[in-house]
Amino acid sequence: MFQILAQNALNALQLGSVYALIALGYTMVYGILTLINFAHGDIFMVGTYLSLAAAVFLLGLPLGLPLVVVFVGALCFSMALTAVLGVVIERLAYRPLRQAPRVSAVITALGVGLFLENFTLGILGPEPRHFPTLIPLQAWEIWGLTITPLQILIILGAAVLMVLLDFLVRRTLLGMAMRAISYNRLIVPLMGVPVDRVISLTFAIGSAIAAAGGLMYGLAYPVLDPYMGIRIGWWAFIAAVVGASAISGEPCWGALSWAQWRFSPRCCCRLPLTGTSWPFPSCSCSWSSSPRACSAGRYLRECD
Amino acid sequence: MATLNKPKTSLISLASVLLLVLALVLPASGVLNPYVVQILMYVGINMILTLSLNLVNGYMGEFSVGHAGFMGIGAYAASILTVWVLPRAWTPWAFPLVLVVGGLAAAVAGLIVAFPSFRTRGDYLAIVTLAFNMIVKSVLENLEVVGGPRGFLGMPRLTNLFWVTAWVLITVLILRRLVYSNFGRGITAIREDEVAANLTGVDTRRLKLYAFLISAFFAGVAGGLFAHLLQFINPRSFSIIKSTDMLVMVYLGGVGSLAGSLLGATIFTVLMEVLRPLGLWRWVVGPLLLVLLMIFRPKGIMGFKEWKWLREEKVASSQ
Repeated sequence: MFQILAQNALNALQLGSVYALIALGYTMVYGILTLINFAHGDIFMVGTYLSLAAAVFLLGLPLGLPLVVVFVGALCFSMALTAVLGVVIERLAYRPLRQAPRVSAVITALGVGLFLENFTLGILGPEPRHFPTLIPLQAWEIWGLTITPLQILIILGAAVLMVLLDFLVRRTLLGMAMRAISYNRLIVPLMGVPVDRVISLTFAIGSAIAAAGGLMYGLAYPVLDPYMGIRIGWWAFIAAVVGASAISGEPCWGALSWAQWRFSPRCCCRLPLTGTSWPFPSCSCSWSSSPRACSAGRYLRECD
Repeated sequence: MATLNKPKTSLISLASVLLLVLALVLPASGVLNPYVVQILMYVGINMILTLSLNLVNGYMGEFSVGHAGFMGIGAYAASILTVWVLPRAWTPWAFPLVLVVGGLAAAVAGLIVAFPSFRTRGDYLAIVTLAFNMIVKSVLENLEVVGGPRGFLGMPRLTNLFWVTAWVLITVLILRRLVYSNFGRGITAIREDEVAANLTGVDTRRLKLYAFLISAFFAGVAGGLFAHLLQFINPRSFSIIKSTDMLVMVYLGGVGSLAGSLLGATIFTVLMEVLRPLGLWRWVVGPLLLVLLMIFRPKGIMGFKEWKWLREEKVASSQ
């Protein structure tokens, strides 16, 4: 019994880490602009496809590159390009609307998301793509638990990214500027904070993290289609809303990442027990686990 | 004043009758080929949808992005009625009733969406309505009885240009009455400032409820028309993509304007047909259009303006 629970928790931690990485982008943008960036799931999708392209390209080179190099190359490539995509979207679609009613911006975000989706569909066609195997497929048995290198990579990788983000938001000047803008966007420019640049950087960081999540998702669940963005992004969005309560009040950055970290695993740890199909969780589990996740978030916020 | 109104009202009813006759005669006469008639019917259905969404998004200023959910419920309810409940021979005569039942079913669902709107506005309501749309789609996909993801078929082709025209006219005339009534003033007040509206004695809860019910009703009617035009519905037809199309039509035509809805629905539907040779790329145009509209002309073509015959029946406002 314990083994089943632990195994499920571990598997859930893997999927939850990916969700958490996407959810961070939602909360960062919401925190700073109070804009629900509905396009974020599709940015994640583009990031996944970019890492697929990089991985396929590097594997196809006649150099016989080691898999580690391919992995790092794909990661850097997709993170960089997706960051650029995020900045471009912000510049072209959201910035002209910064003074407009909030609803206009939300509609624009919906439109941008659908645009990315259908654009990818138009370029690549509807058939799903297979992600190459970059991490050796093997499994270790420890105390009756099956652990794969991929699992460790995803969980540790997500943890490292979150710690880095936490550091960035709490300890650096850029992070301070982000927190200041989310606190009051009118006064902050008077203090000499370059608001536009900070917002651009926020989009870049959020998109890059989503791309990292995209690569991890591709490795773990290696079937990609253009609609994965809206499917996966939606769960991440729920994680962002429930886990971080980013939707109300001013966000507390340090708590956010951890609340998501804590929430997201719970969101899916009941998955295998409820018997839903493997990679795609059902909605019910995320709602049922919400009160605990919320209290965790609140607790952390008070401590912080 | 009453005498002044008389000619305009009778002119409108004359025009309506003329339109209905045309809708009966034209397809039968063979002047229009069936393809054009089909497109005209789509235009009409989209007009009803756009008008109904405009009531909530444009006049009331709430932000609903899940209207396809209402449409889907109306479509399934009406289809179940014609396929399973009613004897086949009755369906042509019972069709208006069937549509009304579909609309009522959607209105009941509108109740569910109306309640969160008492507590939340803006982004929050957008999330709730989005979730509603997804719930409707998922529920329909999981209901094996109505075919699940495979869809539901067997409906007779009852929708024709006459019925579509009739329902467009009904929708326009009812909504025109509504938006210039106390009710319309109330929901406009909610749009401008809900707290102030409450303070001046507008029962905002009730008006929001009514607005959602009416809006959902017409979306459901449009769904019924759609189902009996295509003779096949599946949950995917009522996904968020459909809701986005409706948003595009509302914001293209213009918020808070009946004329805008009619115009937006026509332009968008015809444009999508013209772009059909583009294949998959066609679906890029809608979202792109939406983004460009929001940036360059957020109020749409006719935002808060109205054609003369749709304006309020009053001599002159003293503003």
